[in-house]
Amino acid sequence: MKQEFIITIYSENNIGLLNRITIIFTRRKINIESLTVSASAIPGISKFTVVINETEERIKKVVGQLEKVVDVLKAFYHSNEEMVFQELALYKVPTEALYDSDQIEQLVRKSGARILEITRDFTVIEKTGHKEETQKMFEDLSQFGVLQFIRSGRIAITRDPIERLSEFLKERDALLEAMD
Amino acid sequence: MPVTKWNYQVTEASEIPEAIAKAFYIAQSGRPGPVLLDIAKDAQFQELDFEYKKCTKIRSYIPEHPVDPFKVKEAAELIDAAKKPLLLFGQGVIIANAEEELKEFIEKTGIPAAWTLLGLSALPSDHPLNVGMLGMHGNYGPNIKTNESDLIIAVGMRFDDRVTGKVSSYATNAKIIHLEVDPAEINKIIKADVGVLGSAKKSLPMLTMNVKANKHQAWLQEFRDCDKIEMEKVIQKDTFPTKGGLSMGEAVRITSEKVKNNAVLVTDVGQQQMIASRYFKFTQSKSNVTSGGLGTMGFGVPAALGAQLGAKDRTVCCFVGDGGFQMTLQELGTIVQNRLPVKIILLNNNFLGMVRQWQQLFFDRRYSFTELHNPDFIMIANGFGMPAHKVTKREDLEAGIQKMLDHNGPYLLEVVVEKEDNVFPMVPAGASVSDIILEA
Repeated sequence: MKQEFIITIYSENNIGLLNRITIIFTRRKINIESLTVSASAIPGISKFTVVINETEERIKKVVGQLEKVVDVLKAFYHSNEEMVFQELALYKVPTEALYDSDQIEQLVRKSGARILEITRDFTVIEKTGHKEETQKMFEDLSQFGVLQFIRSGRIAITRDPIERLSEFLKERDALLEAMD
Repeated sequence: MPVTKWNYQVTEASEIPEAIAKAFYIAQSGRPGPVLLDIAKDAQFQELDFEYKKCTKIRSYIPEHPVDPFKVKEAAELIDAAKKPLLLFGQGVIIANAEEELKEFIEKTGIPAAWTLLGLSALPSDHPLNVGMLGMHGNYGPNIKTNESDLIIAVGMRFDDRVTGKVSSYATNAKIIHLEVDPAEINKIIKADVGVLGSAKKSLPMLTMNVKANKHQAWLQEFRDCDKIEMEKVIQKDTFPTKGGLSMGEAVRITSEKVKNNAVLVTDVGQQQMIASRYFKFTQSKSNVTSGGLGTMGFGVPAALGAQLGAKDRTVCCFVGDGGFQMTLQELGTIVQNRLPVKIILLNNNFLGMVRQWQQLFFDRRYSFTELHNPDFIMIANGFGMPAHKVTKREDLEAGIQKMLDHNGPYLLEVVVEKEDNVFPMVPAGASVSDIILEA
């Protein structure tokens, strides 16, 4: 059965690696629902967070292929339940709409969103949450005319009490030392 | 990028020594593969103080994992308990230089061993436990017996679709032990009951130490009985035909005999590749070069010149078809220019033979774009300054091959073979290995 999975890939920070990673998905015709790349907590190591909808069987094989890429250190996969995750959305609405009623203000207060910038013409609202929540905010704001809407890729952190990457790096160091 | 194991773009000369060192390390270690270094022109024209330090490890890359002794024990228990074990070996054995270790293992356990296309030559053809080639055009025994076996021991092979046929009905009665250097291959196609990660060079001797000495005479005899059936229905007709046009099989058999089964075989892709892999015999390892799973027509001729450069003192016999030959025959120039004594045997049936075979068997002989309008290959070879000879009759074949082998230098022998011969046995695409057919 297909379900949403979050794949986390730790790699060396090399140019061209993104291409090598995405090609593993595209040649299996797996759609990438969301992709976020950033520096990890460990200097020099990049972190890719990829959201895909697939069967666990196929995810396992994809993770195997990802780890086979020379510059990839380690890849993990998790179900949504195993992770705390968020996306960030920005909405641009006409400032006029805020004058007309307090509905937008109410919406912002209730949903834990915040206003980033107000100009004479437009106001930028920021909301973090799951896709359904940022989507709902978009729908709620639509009646006031949303000038622009953008949502980021997903970022996620495990519910696991141990930091698996540091564990992995310790093991890897031992393995590399044994190679001498 | 999709075909390389690793690639890197160098934009500063200062990066070159390290990048080169890394490239060689990655290309040659673990599961070897091509790497691409793209050195920008700016970097090529800069100067630097040269210092070369060999690369011996990379943090993100473990070419060979240490073998887990507990997995070896588990595997040994399965092997000791098996009644009908079958070992499948692939190129992993050759890459790891584990040919002797493989021999010791099968000789101690008495387990019949079959090879994949790229495992060919790792075990001498006449070894009593060598039961032949696996897969689509492999031997009858190992295919039929795969589904009767109660234990498959796969060593350095990846269960390619040419080997397995229909995966859901593959080795249905067998437990699976998979010895493999690449973690991504274990459980990829066929789920392993015991996966032993690491080089076969290390895992095989550990396994040999842990198993009991055994014999499987009755089981081995079942393979030999299959061989008799195959000999009668296929091999005899292929290699010792008495009527009709020349066969690919007889050209391969005679060539192999004349080089005392001790040449390097290079094949292109198609019918000649399958026939040559089936009938060329080997006495030493690392003697077979073919494109394997990539299936790249045109591979033969350039690979043969590479093989000759790598094995200067050996005879290199390159079998090509008339289709594949025309994809890279410009390399005849390179062969002549470098005076490489490659022997090219062109098996000409005036067709893209393997495609034609499929069109005949599965598409009711509706031939589409498979018959070729061929040039005069003798003139082409001569045009490159390479001596060439054409054989069309059975009585001239042996002498033609002898003349080619006696010639000191590169040589093209064109053998005009029967136009519509097929390669058998055959596991039809999408069928189970046990549904292998011996004739149409």
